[in-house]
Amino acid sequence: MKNTISERIFDFLKNYPPFNIVTNATLLEVAQNVEIQYFEKDQVIFSQNDLPHEHFYIINQGSVRLYRFVENEKQMLDICDEGDLFGLRPLIMKENYLMGASANEETILYAIPISLFHDIILNYPKVSQFLIASFATNTREPFSEKHKGKLFANVSAIQKIEHGFSEIQSANYNKNPITCSPDTTVQTACIIMTKNVINSIIVTENEIPIGIITDKDIRTKIGTGLYKITNKVVDIMTKPVVTFPQNISVAEAQIMILKHKVSHLCITKDGTNKSELVGILTQQDLILTQGNSPSLLIKEIKNAKDAETLKHIRTKASDLTKGYLEQEIPIYFVTKVISEINTAITKKAIRMSISEIGKQPPVSFSWLALGSQGRKEQLLMTDQDNALVFENVGPAEYNAVKNYFLELAEKVTEKLNIVGFDYCPANIMASNPKWCITLEEWEQQFEAWITDPIPEKILLSIIFFDFELIYGDETLYTKMAESVFKTIEKNQIFLSFLGKVTLDNPPPLGFFKQFLVEQDGENKDSFDIKSRAIRPLVDAARILSLYHNLRVNNTISRYEKLMEVEPQNRELFESCANAFKILLQFRTSQGLRNNDNGKFVDINNLNKADRLKLKSCFKPIKNVQEAIKMRFKTSQIAQI
Amino acid sequence: MIRFFKKKLVPEFWQNHLEKVRNSQKYSNFENIRFVAIDTETTGFDYENDRILCIGAVAIKNNKILVSDAIEIYIKQAVFNKETVKIHGIRKDGNEIKLNEEEAVIKFIDYLDDAVIVAHHTGFDVNMINQALKRLKVGPLESKQLDTNYIHKKIAKTDTYKKIFSLEELCEIYNVKMHDRHTALGDALITAILFLKQTAKYKKNNALNLIDLVNTNYHLLK
Repeated sequence: MKNTISERIFDFLKNYPPFNIVTNATLLEVAQNVEIQYFEKDQVIFSQNDLPHEHFYIINQGSVRLYRFVENEKQMLDICDEGDLFGLRPLIMKENYLMGASANEETILYAIPISLFHDIILNYPKVSQFLIASFATNTREPFSEKHKGKLFANVSAIQKIEHGFSEIQSANYNKNPITCSPDTTVQTACIIMTKNVINSIIVTENEIPIGIITDKDIRTKIGTGLYKITNKVVDIMTKPVVTFPQNISVAEAQIMILKHKVSHLCITKDGTNKSELVGILTQQDLILTQGNSPSLLIKEIKNAKDAETLKHIRTKASDLTKGYLEQEIPIYFVTKVISEINTAITKKAIRMSISEIGKQPPVSFSWLALGSQGRKEQLLMTDQDNALVFENVGPAEYNAVKNYFLELAEKVTEKLNIVGFDYCPANIMASNPKWCITLEEWEQQFEAWITDPIPEKILLSIIFFDFELIYGDETLYTKMAESVFKTIEKNQIFLSFLGKVTLDNPPPLGFFKQFLVEQDGENKDSFDIKSRAIRPLVDAARILSLYHNLRVNNTISRYEKLMEVEPQNRELFESCANAFKILLQFRTSQGLRNNDNGKFVDINNLNKADRLKLKSCFKPIKNVQEAIKMRFKTSQIAQI
Repeated sequence: MIRFFKKKLVPEFWQNHLEKVRNSQKYSNFENIRFVAIDTETTGFDYENDRILCIGAVAIKNNKILVSDAIEIYIKQAVFNKETVKIHGIRKDGNEIKLNEEEAVIKFIDYLDDAVIVAHHTGFDVNMINQALKRLKVGPLESKQLDTNYIHKKIAKTDTYKKIFSLEELCEIYNVKMHDRHTALGDALITAILFLKQTAKYKKNNALNLIDLVNTNYHLLK
């Protein structure tokens, strides 16, 4: 039957996540079962430690504040706005409310029965992903330490619903264990182990594991002369083996390994040592499963044999980023780690490519990262921007040498593309003959850009002047950098032109619900956080660094250096650095949430606190742009 | 109860209505009372000659509007007034599934159950329904009735005895967004939200009980 009210609620809900993901039929059912509730300003919706209601809430009109008492001290957690969802987690976790909620102004809520929503969570993996992400983002607010840990535990609880995350729970083990029969000689067993590059071999009889030989057994029993290599493996094997059933979790495996003081677990069909062997789990596997630790990832990169493996590792690095952001690890540290990983991947791709060509480079060269990778600010997968410089060579060898590096660059960019770094649409890559040139050519190029700053050259200098050495010869790189600073010193007018371009991206000021958003196209209703907020700060840092001859690329480091060089503007630069950190974190978490490069922020996804946070970043942008305008007299430069 | 036996052919739906309203145990506790916000769209304002086109109603219980407990009934027209089509947009042969007047009224009375009626200018809507009941040889409605206009007068500080407030004016005063005006269920929802806001305000100066609320209806009291 027609129901004008539920149609209207449907129209409202479908604008907001996660309801925009579910089908119309499902959403209509939700809309038909909504309860509309009205709260006066300051009226309590639920209190901390209350039993969970049967409904969770989405704000139709007004706003709601969430707060929490920690040792009798009230902490504001968040202010939710129209379309925001709250009070859901306790219903899923079946626990009492961890925080209180009150109407911040006159508020109308849509209360949605959790009973309906359970099915939605089960049927729409994207909905549960959204919920995990939104639960996690709550940690950005000043929660107590105690609560933080709890929240994290809860995330894994909800992961049971989301099968995409279940592998985190169960340990990965080798499903093709290498075995030998009991009457194999120790020597043969060792040959098999060496051939397969493994540190253990399982002794089986009719596929049932009866013992194991590890490097340690060889060391303590053969190396010491107790047994000979002609002995049978059955003489020296360690027995019985520690066994476990197939669905072993990381936690269980850890406990078993600690308890039995072994380094290997045999996974058998029914979990006893009387049944068929199906796999082997080593301590190393366990570390890798849990271990998205940066040093392990770097180690994995070094051991990677192909680009697909690098891609897999880079995906793990994304998970790592997500984890860091959830745990509120400072963004500066996160960018450092991720940059290290990206650098390691690029280095590995270069090494792989050189060995594929089968010839060492004819002369020395450096591989340079440009743009955000050059500034070490790349947290997400973005386009690749890179270039190559090689030693000056005579005209006779030039073509042959250049062709070698072009071939190399093409192989490297192909690999990076497989890893997930898209090709640069503007073809600013070392595989482009224009950007794979000698030191001398680069120096001439830079000079041409600086002395004749026409718009397209200015744009190139913006990208290229943030270059960073990734691989190869350091002298070439240093010489390139020196030539830039020397030429700029002689041509200060260049900075005015650069300043002018820098000011082309004014910050959005004074928005609230009328957020400055893109007017059309695919990204309608999104805020271009990259162009409108991050880039102005990056550009300002660059021009001031060039002005002061500061040889750092990273924007945060640039502002920190600027604070030293210009103590009178310390506050300004500090605010810029802070704004930059916030924006970068914002972009990254947005990007991770939407699985894209985070360039556009969907304003419908933002709660009020996020909007305020973003807004606070715009003031430093305005201030630093004013400073640039004054210093570089950009107003004297005609419109270019 | 004696009346039942005198009138021989009391239809079942009407007998149920009378029994439910008279025997309801719920009215003493505000939280348990089922209120039903109603609105009717009609062919005009003449009780004798005009007819109900549509009845919209949504239930309120314990300060919550229950969207699942709503009804929207369209009625087939014998009498038709071209002029009001402009306002409510319900044409004589529109696409909505329509019931005849008898089916519609029975359905509404069943839905109403022992609820307390809330409307804006309740007198008009109830009168239109009573006229329809009369054509079925029953009525008038015995449900308790509230009017957002009179509740407002009780809350308002200034002397507004003679003033009649329109739904638009009250929406302005109480800051209620007006969607779907001039659809029966749309107006019923607006009235329901208005009622929630009014009872919240009313509660500040008065204990919230039904008798006091009903007493705000000095014009409706029989």
